Amino acid sequence: MTLDAKIPQGPLAEKWSKHKFDLKLVNPANKRKYDIIIVGTGLAGASAAATLAELGYNVKAFCFQDSPRRAHSIAAQGGINAAKNYQNDGDSVFRLFYDTIKGGDYRAREANVHRLAEVSVNIIDQCVAQGVPFAREYGGLLDNRSFGGSQVSRTFYARGQTGQQLLLGAYSALNRQIHAGKVKVYTRHEMLDVVTIDGHAKGIVTRNMLTGAIDTHAGHAVLLCTGGYSNVFYLSTNAIGSNVTAAWRAHKRGAFFGNPCYTQIHPTCIPVSGDHQSKLTLMSESLRNDGRVWAPKTVEIAEQLRKGTLKADQVKEDDRDYFLERKYPAFGNLVPRDVASRNAKEMVEEGRGVGGSGFAVFLDFADAIKRLGEETVKAKYGNLFDMYIQITDENPYKQPMRIYPAVHYTMGGLWVDYNLSTTIPGLYALGECNFSDHGANRLGASALMQGLSDGYFVIPYTLGDYLAKTGPKKVDTSHPAFEQTKQDVIAHVNKLLALKGTKTVNEYHRDLGHIMWEYCGMARTDEGLRKAKGLIQALKADFWKNAIVTGENEEVNASLERAGRVADFIELGELMIDDALMRKESCGGHFRVESQTPDGEALRDDENFAFVAAWEFKGENQPEELHKEQLTFEAVHLSQRNYA
Amino acid sequence: MSNGNMNLTLKVWRQKNAQTAGKFVSYKAENISPDMSFLEMLDVVNESLTHKGDEPINFDHDCREGICGMCSLYINGHPHGPKRGITTCQLHMRTFHDGETITIEPWRAEAFPIVKDLAVDRSAFDRIQQAGGYVSVNTGGVPDGNAIPIPKVIADEAFNSATCIGCGACVAACKNASAMLFVSAKITQLGLLPQGQPERYRRVQSMVAQMDEEGFGSCTNTGACEAECPKEIKLTNIARMNNDYFSAKLFREEEVHEQNH
Ligand SMILES: Cc1cc2nc3c(=O)[nH]c(=O)nc-3n(C[C@H](O)[C@H](O)[C@H](O)COP(=O)(O)OP(=O)(O)OC[C@H]3O[C@@H](n4cnc5c(N)ncnc54)[C@H](O)[C@@H]3O)c2cc1C
Ligand code: SF4
Ligand code: FES
Repeated sequence: MTLDAKIPQGPLAEKWSKHKFDLKLVNPANKRKYDIIIVGTGLAGASAAATLAELGYNVKAFCFQDSPRRAHSIAAQGGINAAKNYQNDGDSVFRLFYDTIKGGDYRAREANVHRLAEVSVNIIDQCVAQGVPFAREYGGLLDNRSFGGSQVSRTFYARGQTGQQLLLGAYSALNRQIHAGKVKVYTRHEMLDVVTIDGHAKGIVTRNMLTGAIDTHAGHAVLLCTGGYSNVFYLSTNAIGSNVTAAWRAHKRGAFFGNPCYTQIHPTCIPVSGDHQSKLTLMSESLRNDGRVWAPKTVEIAEQLRKGTLKADQVKEDDRDYFLERKYPAFGNLVPRDVASRNAKEMVEEGRGVGGSGFAVFLDFADAIKRLGEETVKAKYGNLFDMYIQITDENPYKQPMRIYPAVHYTMGGLWVDYNLSTTIPGLYALGECNFSDHGANRLGASALMQGLSDGYFVIPYTLGDYLAKTGPKKVDTSHPAFEQTKQDVIAHVNKLLALKGTKTVNEYHRDLGHIMWEYCGMARTDEGLRKAKGLIQALKADFWKNAIVTGENEEVNASLERAGRVADFIELGELMIDDALMRKESCGGHFRVESQTPDGEALRDDENFAFVAAWEFKGENQPEELHKEQLTFEAVHLSQRNYA
Repeated sequence: MSNGNMNLTLKVWRQKNAQTAGKFVSYKAENISPDMSFLEMLDVVNESLTHKGDEPINFDHDCREGICGMCSLYINGHPHGPKRGITTCQLHMRTFHDGETITIEPWRAEAFPIVKDLAVDRSAFDRIQQAGGYVSVNTGGVPDGNAIPIPKVIADEAFNSATCIGCGACVAACKNASAMLFVSAKITQLGLLPQGQPERYRRVQSMVAQMDEEGFGSCTNTGACEAECPKEIKLTNIARMNNDYFSAKLFREEEVHEQNH
């Protein structure tokens, strides 16, 4: 099969408008003849469900939480970008586009990114109209802040709870359609498979998490909006329930998986404190606007700090190394995420790490407090500081915060074309679940933008084209494909329930996380990746022999839910390793040690790797087949990164 | 930071589902680090139950960052435990001491039926929001964000109310199982903003009607909700909501609109 990204012809800035005009429309009276299945109610899913229902389609929306409002998007802290140029500091659609392409290390599709920048402007207006309480200036106008990797102030925010407010906006739009009877929501339902008929997606199989009932649902199209897979690393900033199951099962039914190895590592997380830890907590990147990152100049001072014989505020100015400001004077503490993360790792490797474990550097607010006053700092970051106090029992108003990088966001996901269609016609992927728009992204505030862009402003147009072409002929679950897929799902569930070994699923997950972080984390080597591959294969074999799954299907069974997700993570982990092995260049958060500049910067190989890797599943325990979508750059030319 | 590990006794409510009766069961939680969160402590207990082939204790949780509103434990007589202004997932074991017995129960309210063990069904909250907790605006065709200036104080106040995470602690804390704090938070957020004006009075009427239908009790101004709310949503919201509710009742919808213009 050849990959066709379906990028429209014509000049970059006109592609989307022209494409919208060329797309076929479904006549308003016919829309109600179509049933759309949407899996996931985060920013991407809720916005898509609300918008499609407003247009007149019948929508069924699914999520595994008890309410759509609890989707993981709720946790996003920092903000959302938009090229509004309200600050009059030189922002424009083209500049946002340009920054995003560069931030994606030239591994994103130009046409998609330009569309994202164009639509960003509408997203803010839409959310304001819904009553999203963005931060405002005294004059009543919207306020902005700047974010890592950007030299203009284009990030809109709602204190440190931007994701919550954006999601509540989309959730309320969704509620209005539920009230109107156009959307039916299935909460505590987990999608476990996609049903295809003649190669087209026509429905899904779900498990009711309260009763264990395995049901089938039919529709004219299926939209996966199921979020990212950072939890493959066990410890990440994602919610505990975030998983790859929906995307992975779709992959096994024929949807290609794009750039699985691209993970974003976030530099400002609270460091790991012990083995009991179940997740990591992010401290919003916005903190780097006012906080200064430093490590002690010498290993000796670091040792005293680690032992606790010296306190951070007692370290003299001369003994501090503000390493980001020193090495990258133009960006200082606001360098992109991968640069900040790798530099912190370097400090630790040189023995200059701080905190009990030595795996941390400082983020210091002393100067900001002196300059702005404690009250102002509190008003800007208060809730983040409170969270830090809760978790660490330390007061960041008095002592600098300790931070360390953690896995945060995944840019890989199901491969989609310009219309957000996967390689299975009728199956779409939106938001973090797809690979599009980001490339090897190292910037903040763009994931929220993409989720809402896909849901509010892209899919309503592109889906119509598919529906108009395929027609409203009723699909229903009596087709044998539904029963067949359902039986496959039941067999898988039973196989898991039969596991009565000695090791808990959680223990397997932790082992997987160790392998992934060690060999496929912040730095990757050919040798390490080869080793990891063997380790994962052994882990997989062991899981299917020795895991313990308690309880039965016909009840609430967290043990069973977890087991299914971890089994999928193990398989995905192996593909991530294959992808990382194949990509013998460094780009974004994918840092291949063999490929770096003399200064230790990530070194791309545009000659050989300016492509999207799209992997095709070829059967259980078979190597996957690599397809390449070549990337062409017309509006920006490829250049080596340089933040100095 | 306190050092050393703790041994605790947990009295946990176990209940197979809404149809079967439940009871307290005692468990030992051993070697608990003070740096663990309360939920991580339960994870440890659950791991050891699983090793023995027993059913782990079921509880709701997801973000573990105090924002999704999913965690919901009633700990030693307080929703989200003894500390003010935080959720269960942000409660850390350093709050407790070695040898302590901790009682853990689910939210108890008629409108929140038990799902299993410590998890309850809070879909009544969704239905209240569906009854009118929104601004009716379709996607596209909206004015520029800066075309609706909003004074910072108003925006901040709306924001304070918008921070409700829908956890239900207010209901669990209230002797009448009233949902007034939760409902009034949304009413206040949208009622303060210009975008929320056109539907302001209709909204309060439909949301209150739905709240009554779901079987939540009425408010007798005890203030337990405010005291236990992890997001410190203020009681003044309830006053605002009552005000809007009475205005809506006194005047007919059109008249209310006339008045506002
Ligand atoms: C701590 C944190 C902070 C962040 N801060 C920012 C920020 O400041 N700015 C920014 O731009 N981005 C940020 N991000 C990234 C951003 O939040 C996410 O990329 C984005 O919210 C993902 O949205 P989504 O709609 O794609 O998926 P999600 O919000 O993750 O939603 C997934 C949905 O799918 C459902 N689901 C999943 N699997 C299944 C299944 N099998 N069956 C049924 N339902 C299923 C879930 O129930 C849920 O409803 C942050 C991320 C984290 C972790
Ligand atoms: S008002 Fe407070 S206690 Fe009640 S649901 Fe909202 S956040 Fe929870
Ligand atoms: S688990 Fe999300 S608020 Fe506690």
